[in-house]
Amino acid sequence: MSYLSLTDTDRQEMLAAIGVSSVEELFEQVPPGVRLDRELDVPPALGEAELARHIEELAARNVHTGAELSFLGAGIYDHYVPSVVDVVLSRGEFLTAYTPYQPEMSQGVLQAIFEYQTIICELTGMDVSNASGYDGMTVAADACFVAKHAVPDRKKIVLAETLNPQVRQVVKTYAPGFGLEVVEVPHTNGTTDPDRVAEQARDAAAVLFQQPNFLGCLEPAPDLAEAANEAGALAIAHVDPMSLGVLEAPGAYGCAMAIGEGQSAGNWPSYGGPHYGFLAARKDFIRRMPGRIVGETLDMDGRRAFVLTLQTREQHIRREKATSNITTNQTLLALAGLATLSWLGPEGLREVGETCLTLSQYTRKQVALEPAFDASALKEVAFRTPIPAREVIRRAREHGVHPGYALGRDYEGMDDVLLVAVTEKRTKEDVDRLAEVLAEVCR
Amino acid sequence: MAAAESYPDDLRYHREHDWARIEGDEATLGITWFAQDALGELVHYEAPEVGTTVTKDQPCGEVESVKAVSDVVAPLSGEVLEVNAKAVDEPEIVNEDPYGDGWLIRIRMSDPAEVEALMDVEAYKAHAAEQ
Amino acid sequence: MSTEPGRAWSDAPLIFERSRPGRRAGRPPRPDLPVPDLPSSLRRAHPPRLPELSEPELVRHFTALADRTFGIDTGFYPLGSCTMKHNPRVHERLAGLPGFRDLHPYQEDEGAQGALELMWRLQEMLAEIAGLPAVTLQPAAGSQGELTGLMLMRAYFADRGEERDTIITADTAHGTNPASVTMAGYRLEKVGTDERGNLDLDDLRGKVNERTAGLMLTNPSTLGLFDEGIEEVARIFHDAGALLYYDGANLNAVVGISRPGDMGFDIVHYNLHKTFSQPHGGGGPGGGPVAVRDTIEPFLPVPRVVQDGDYRLDHDHPKSIGRVRGFAGPFGVFVRSYAFMRAYGPGLKEMSEVAVLNANYVLARLRDVYDLPYDRLCMHEFVLSARGLKREHGVTALDIAKRLMDYGIHPPTIYFPLVVPEALMIEPTETEPKERLDDFVDAMRRIAEEAAESPELLKEAPHGRPVRRLDEVRAAKQPILRYLFDEHPALVG
Repeated sequence: MSYLSLTDTDRQEMLAAIGVSSVEELFEQVPPGVRLDRELDVPPALGEAELARHIEELAARNVHTGAELSFLGAGIYDHYVPSVVDVVLSRGEFLTAYTPYQPEMSQGVLQAIFEYQTIICELTGMDVSNASGYDGMTVAADACFVAKHAVPDRKKIVLAETLNPQVRQVVKTYAPGFGLEVVEVPHTNGTTDPDRVAEQARDAAAVLFQQPNFLGCLEPAPDLAEAANEAGALAIAHVDPMSLGVLEAPGAYGCAMAIGEGQSAGNWPSYGGPHYGFLAARKDFIRRMPGRIVGETLDMDGRRAFVLTLQTREQHIRREKATSNITTNQTLLALAGLATLSWLGPEGLREVGETCLTLSQYTRKQVALEPAFDASALKEVAFRTPIPAREVIRRAREHGVHPGYALGRDYEGMDDVLLVAVTEKRTKEDVDRLAEVLAEVCR
Repeated sequence: MAAAESYPDDLRYHREHDWARIEGDEATLGITWFAQDALGELVHYEAPEVGTTVTKDQPCGEVESVKAVSDVVAPLSGEVLEVNAKAVDEPEIVNEDPYGDGWLIRIRMSDPAEVEALMDVEAYKAHAAEQ
Repeated sequence: MSTEPGRAWSDAPLIFERSRPGRRAGRPPRPDLPVPDLPSSLRRAHPPRLPELSEPELVRHFTALADRTFGIDTGFYPLGSCTMKHNPRVHERLAGLPGFRDLHPYQEDEGAQGALELMWRLQEMLAEIAGLPAVTLQPAAGSQGELTGLMLMRAYFADRGEERDTIITADTAHGTNPASVTMAGYRLEKVGTDERGNLDLDDLRGKVNERTAGLMLTNPSTLGLFDEGIEEVARIFHDAGALLYYDGANLNAVVGISRPGDMGFDIVHYNLHKTFSQPHGGGGPGGGPVAVRDTIEPFLPVPRVVQDGDYRLDHDHPKSIGRVRGFAGPFGVFVRSYAFMRAYGPGLKEMSEVAVLNANYVLARLRDVYDLPYDRLCMHEFVLSARGLKREHGVTALDIAKRLMDYGIHPPTIYFPLVVPEALMIEPTETEPKERLDDFVDAMRRIAEEAAESPELLKEAPHGRPVRRLDEVRAAKQPILRYLFDEHPALVG
């Protein structure tokens, strides 16, 4: 199968117009020494029906969240994706357009990005948002690059150990190129101690922490931000958009930037992507923002119009001095976020948060295991297990329940800690079933 | 409204399209008509801080239009005494009056002999015509 | 074509302007349990001002915005260097299968065998296409692939105890190349282009030395020309102990014809969203896998997808540069590109042949009207210059781009590469039929005539879009980057 459109007659006419007798002649500029003199060794072509069957067979070999009762979270959450998202994703105009370089051709997508930026600013309490980053991990590296230039005399980044381990790993991969050193602040009974942050922040450009944190606990976020601010470091909060109907906005407690993984708002888990990362900041950092930003202006007839703006920050103009190398971003996924958050509205977003809070509290009560930490939680609870958590997972899955994430994957000394996530898609009865299975397999 | 092309006789010029007006051991610096015309309407001027030093042939700030950004290259070395706040607040002044109200910074020269290496107006006009 | 608007465009109010207090669409489940209290210091004091709409109004809003957006599905989109080819719809259906869509990335490997096998098979095909043995799928897009490639170079030289601090790029390079060089902590050096559009070998020889870590190059270049001296270029770098990085932005020209590994490149990134057909989504998502030579394989990001009996994610690579993004990469992107490659099979070569045929056909039919800075056959794209029209009629590449909109065609990339004045960079792609190419040629030829007859028609274009040219100076000087509710300025022209 192919998606080509030329007929044999077309080809002959076109070759004649070019003045060559064969397609091969067009490739004479490729030196013979670097040409491939055989057919590509890849599997044979498939027609659409065969292709669909082959790929459906691969999909059928995965155990998805509809096939077992899943309490997996740890950064990627099984929230409900409303059908209005399909309206966005199925429109060929959104699906098959690229970056809106030509605003007259792209007013719809530009306006949608402007609306997305507004919603992210509203959720986080910030002044400016970009049009999206790759995911919740890379936006943390982006934020460090902003901090490096905003606080040029400091070469250190402080990460709370309770920050998503993958976020920390990505920051550590990027940091050597930025000329930054990374220091981690260990947790104290599941949360981060502001005094220890204050100590480390004295010579740091930025402090990154997560609310709610990766261990499921609510951090004393305002105190962490204050500790960073008093030490002259930028406070950067990594937040979950679906929590921000009930949890305070980072802008309200003094953060310079708010970043996060957008997946929970409008994207399916999709085995890790594509999703969108968001990065929002106070207006002081507008000229240091990475990536696309849409602004409002007027056309020559005085009509309201939207356009990519402040582009001199970007790689295609500022080149080696750009604020980032990002070009292709995650606009389509971000628009799914806009659709989802608009569908929920302020009431719905608060209700999602309250439902998660209610169910996590109920889980804490119903599951007959000791909670690993004392701090309050929003949608995840960590439990101590009498046998290794990975073994609990293996056994529970035999009962059709995936009970959560084994924190020992990332944290030393936590091989017996299981992180259980609940979203509004889980019910009281689902939690009862989880409690029953955990009691059975931990016996 | 952009100014008409002109290159005053009393200024000295740098090949990166900057000018200097020498007053004793001080100099006022800016970009030439040619530079502002090549960039188009300026939307931002990133100025150096007062008290910092600038070095001949090295960047000492940036000027931006919508689709371009350019270093301002220091034609002379010295300490920054003053930054033109008007050029920061209303950068289009540089387009309107590049040699007058659109000046960028004033410095105290650390090596007045550097002036000798700058072009006079005729040499600069010839240089700009080649671009 | 007249200057009259082709259709009436309705207003598109902002979603916040459609909002009415108390209206709503989604109602999340509320369990029959008491809602616990949150500590007051952490509880939200003021609700976010999200829009309040019913579902019918939401659907109309997004439909109105889609209507004001032009995609490949709408018409011809020859945006140079972006490879705007058709996006097969079976891809959307397959990526949306519950076994993929609802698969949690922390599912145990045993419960994700189908996904892992798909990724492993995709790696195998990509390796064959690059002519290099090892592949990571992790990078999120081409520019992240570039950065990953530079981090690999850094790790490779550090492991060998060599200190090299400079990366060389072409003066025709995409802006992402120099930006990635800085983010990776390298120093940038630029090499010129000779009169045939190849890398200037004399310039290059003078710049490559023991401090050189490597070259970043697109081949064919952003001029749409295959570098005829590529074998000598590779020799110069390898003789100096340096590496060659292939920016896969233009791979669509050479799949099955010439492999980067065979050209001498050591590290390659692919743009899955260009060559292997991802919907571009108004700016993304993309995918930027990286292939490497066996000497660089130990440094690839983790986790990696391996097969040893079963398929699994392998985290155990002590020399790895680490992780560059979340999980094993943008999986939904992999499903689509895998499907695309399986549909063509070895016929991927024909895909590239037709991409090159289409580009040369359009070039042949336009070369007498527009300036051609490098007079050669092209690969999958080519660059024209409107320098002559500017000199004679005062009409610029921008004016031509805007006028094309009135003909129902998305403009090409303009003012890039920087080495060509008044550049128009045109990439038709292989999926376009001859009629659409002819429509474009006719429009471009007609516009050249209009430039002579009535240049103001071009200077005031577009005439038939929802808005006319924008005040971009205003947007940059007084940035309005979000809706401001009660304080939102009423802009007046």
